[in-house]
Amino acid sequence: MNFPILSSITFLPLIGAFFVFLTKSESNQVNKGAIYVSLFTSFANFFLVLFLWYSFDKSSPNFQFVEEAVWISGFIKFKFGIDGISILFILLTAFIIPICVISCVNSIKNRLKEFLIAILVLETFMIGVFCSLDLVIFYLFFEAGLIPMFLIIGIWGGPRRVYSAFKFFLFTLLGSVLMLIAIISIYWITGTTDVTEIYKIKIPAEFQNLLWLAFFSSFAVKMPMWPVHTWLPDAHVEAPTAGSVILAAILLKMAGYGFLRFSVGMFPLASEYFTPLVFTLSVIAIIYTSLVALMQDDMKKLIAYSSVAHMGYVTLGIFTFNKQGIEGGIIQMFSHGLISAALFLCVGVLYDRAHSRLINNYGGVVNILPKYSFILMIFVLGTLGLPGTSGFVGEFLVLVGAFKVNFLVAILASIGVVLAAAYILWLYKRVIFGKLENNQIKEMKDLNKSEMGVLVSIGILVIFFGFYPEPLFNTVNVSVDNLINNYNMEINRLSVLK
Amino acid sequence: MINAIYFLIPEIFLSLSVFVFIIFGVFKKNSFDLIYKATIIIIPVVIFLILNNNFENIKIFNNSFALDEFSSFMKILILVSSFFVLIMSKKYIQDIKNNKFEYPVIMLIAILGMFFMVSSNDLILFYLGLELQSLSLYILASIDRDNLRSSEAGIKYFVLSALSSGLLLYGCSLLYGFTGSTNFQVISNNVGDINIGTIFAMIFILVGLAFKVSAVPFHMWTPDVYEGSPTSVTSFFAIVPKIAGIAVFIRFMYSPFQNILDQWQYILVFISIASMILGAVAAINQKNIKRLIAYSSISHMGYAIAGISTGTESGFKSTIIYILIYSAMNIGFFAFVFLMKRSGKYIEDINELSGISKNHPLAALSLLIVLFSLAGIPPLAGFFAKFYIFMSVIESGMYALAIIGLVTTVVSAFYYIRIVKVMYFDSPKKPFENFKNYGVYGSLIFSCIFLSSFFMYPSIFNGIISKINIF
Repeated sequence: MNFPILSSITFLPLIGAFFVFLTKSESNQVNKGAIYVSLFTSFANFFLVLFLWYSFDKSSPNFQFVEEAVWISGFIKFKFGIDGISILFILLTAFIIPICVISCVNSIKNRLKEFLIAILVLETFMIGVFCSLDLVIFYLFFEAGLIPMFLIIGIWGGPRRVYSAFKFFLFTLLGSVLMLIAIISIYWITGTTDVTEIYKIKIPAEFQNLLWLAFFSSFAVKMPMWPVHTWLPDAHVEAPTAGSVILAAILLKMAGYGFLRFSVGMFPLASEYFTPLVFTLSVIAIIYTSLVALMQDDMKKLIAYSSVAHMGYVTLGIFTFNKQGIEGGIIQMFSHGLISAALFLCVGVLYDRAHSRLINNYGGVVNILPKYSFILMIFVLGTLGLPGTSGFVGEFLVLVGAFKVNFLVAILASIGVVLAAAYILWLYKRVIFGKLENNQIKEMKDLNKSEMGVLVSIGILVIFFGFYPEPLFNTVNVSVDNLINNYNMEINRLSVLK
Repeated sequence: MINAIYFLIPEIFLSLSVFVFIIFGVFKKNSFDLIYKATIIIIPVVIFLILNNNFENIKIFNNSFALDEFSSFMKILILVSSFFVLIMSKKYIQDIKNNKFEYPVIMLIAILGMFFMVSSNDLILFYLGLELQSLSLYILASIDRDNLRSSEAGIKYFVLSALSSGLLLYGCSLLYGFTGSTNFQVISNNVGDINIGTIFAMIFILVGLAFKVSAVPFHMWTPDVYEGSPTSVTSFFAIVPKIAGIAVFIRFMYSPFQNILDQWQYILVFISIASMILGAVAAINQKNIKRLIAYSSISHMGYAIAGISTGTESGFKSTIIYILIYSAMNIGFFAFVFLMKRSGKYIEDINELSGISKNHPLAALSLLIVLFSLAGIPPLAGFFAKFYIFMSVIESGMYALAIIGLVTTVVSAFYYIRIVKVMYFDSPKKPFENFKNYGVYGSLIFSCIFLSSFFMYPSIFNGIISKINIF
């Protein structure tokens, strides 16, 4: 058996968290040991993932690096494996976590050690979600992420943190329990919870709709789709910067990944049947939450609503079932992971200095923080999907895919692009330009080295993938083809039967 | 006949040591400490004796006493949980000045009664075991006799439990009248034809059993008794009699009543759903941690009964795993409750835990693990307990039960994470009194390690449990 690289990247952060746990802080404030250990772990994991990406065979549609072990004897095997879609998310996760570690060193003032432990444990669970090829293992990691995130929001959050943490926890838990019922039902229908086996066995058509809805209830809450998105703005506003970054960049993507891997992969028939529902919800999400975002006076809330709108494009893209749409959805998730993370970091930069997230408190920042304003510009343009940023690639492809399938939906979704430009540019205008009125801002210092390094590295990636998205397409191409082929075969087979 | 005595060695050893302890305690003053330690020591000895008993599913004394894997497993579980309860509650008993030598002895008698309950294959033996256990529990509930609340709890428990025992006995006599035997196998054979008398008997017995495991609608005593009794007794009540109760429940449903599954299935489904919902909803507003755990145990019993209500083999095995993990979780929970002591007094108010994670980070982390496990959040053991239950429930096609059960886990998650909120999100108060208590620490650590490492190999008990057969 080969070296179990997937288990290593999954459980390395957990081991790192254990060592962080063992470190002793020199004083109440400083804990260098914990910072070094978590930096080392997260970077080591990132390089391992880069190596994984490098050694990943991009021309094969099969699951690679498969690991299997007996887990619950007689029932369930522990099964890990990745394809082109999952490796992209693993890459994103492993990239975002070191950034969170660096950023929280600046912004977290109390209980830094516990915070780092929570982040590393969360990394384990998130990578586990993207690696697992067994429904029960997937559910395990999917739900387990709630515990550290609940603590991150609740302990280090803002004034309304208790309400937000509870809302986050209970909303997502309620969504997920139905998925558990569906998973167990699948076990009794097909005799296995191994995803690759289920792809082969195929779930009978009469069960698909209900099972799809059960999975949908979980993913829709997590995604989040309108109308169950209300936990997200609360959670984002109250969470500390690093928490928001993880939430926006990775946790939301678990749902998108779930749609691709499970909803579309296992229930093609039901996916087709429910496409109008998903389209409707996506379009509502795109237009409605963009309008809501326009009216926000809290920067984080604005970005949170824009996340909901951007996730609307993702669901729209996935359920077009053509290559442009699905690849667009995946690229959109990847790029939103980078851009929203960067935007939250940028808000965090201001918040650390002026302790306010209200747009009205700012204005004229460009005079004081020129570097910051320039870098924020990149991400603002990325959010509105300007050509040359990664945001454009995803949105464009999703719209192309949508035009192929449904003209009306595509037109409506295009309105979202205009609205996105409106709310994000207006935000930029109100915060960065205008008169310098707040005295607090006058004393602010420009970006320090670590903030600069973090934001610039994300900025470079956003622009790089905007001009040259080939590496991303290259990775997902074969897997997406495979997904679409399976989907079409299944649809055709059943239509012939009818 | 006389050979059968050999199979009873654990029980005989247990009763002999009870006699020795009583006589010793009567003649020697201040012997609490010694007898307590001796009790802790003899429990592993009894475990060893049970494990040493090699037999294969036999029934002795005119088929009235069943020795099988099921009873051995349950007895060992009872002993292990009592062991933890004893080692963690010693300091507490001394602190509330309740160090009478009768305390551990009565606990041993209760355990002896549970042994006979678990092994019973006959109505008479079952009833004797049950009463031996119940009478000991009445005394335990009111052992702090100068405390009004403890006496009240004892009386309350006695009156209600005596009523339920009466119903149970009535059911037993009806069953004997209609089937002509007190032996479970004979009853099982004769009960087959639909007969209104046996169904009456079955319902009376169900009521009694539901009372003993505090399932809704026979749960009213639980919060009061849990709150009123000394915490050491509450921890015993919450764990050990529940194991025995569920064991007897399983034996009744799968042995004498196995042929009238369609008669009792829906009753159990109702009991299960009602317990889950009431346990989840009523706990939300509780401020006292012992009342909270009382409601929590009601809802947990709902899940355990959901497993039994399937009437399948996988159902009762999932119930066994459930009760095992339930005991481990409650051991951890009560170990923490024994730590809650400030300026010489034990506290029970949840709000007093405020900010405890700053003062006692490790203890708070342990309770966090226990609470998330109680809420059934993966990857902790509590999730697997529920997972196995719902596996078997859905296997039997009872989707409504599964959906209601899982939705109530969300409701009950609310009050568990409320404690987490108090511990972690609120501002700190004074630290607890620090006392070196290896029993409490040991139990807490054992429980946490068990709960948090269970996911690595969740089939660890499947090997043992797969050997257990339906009777």
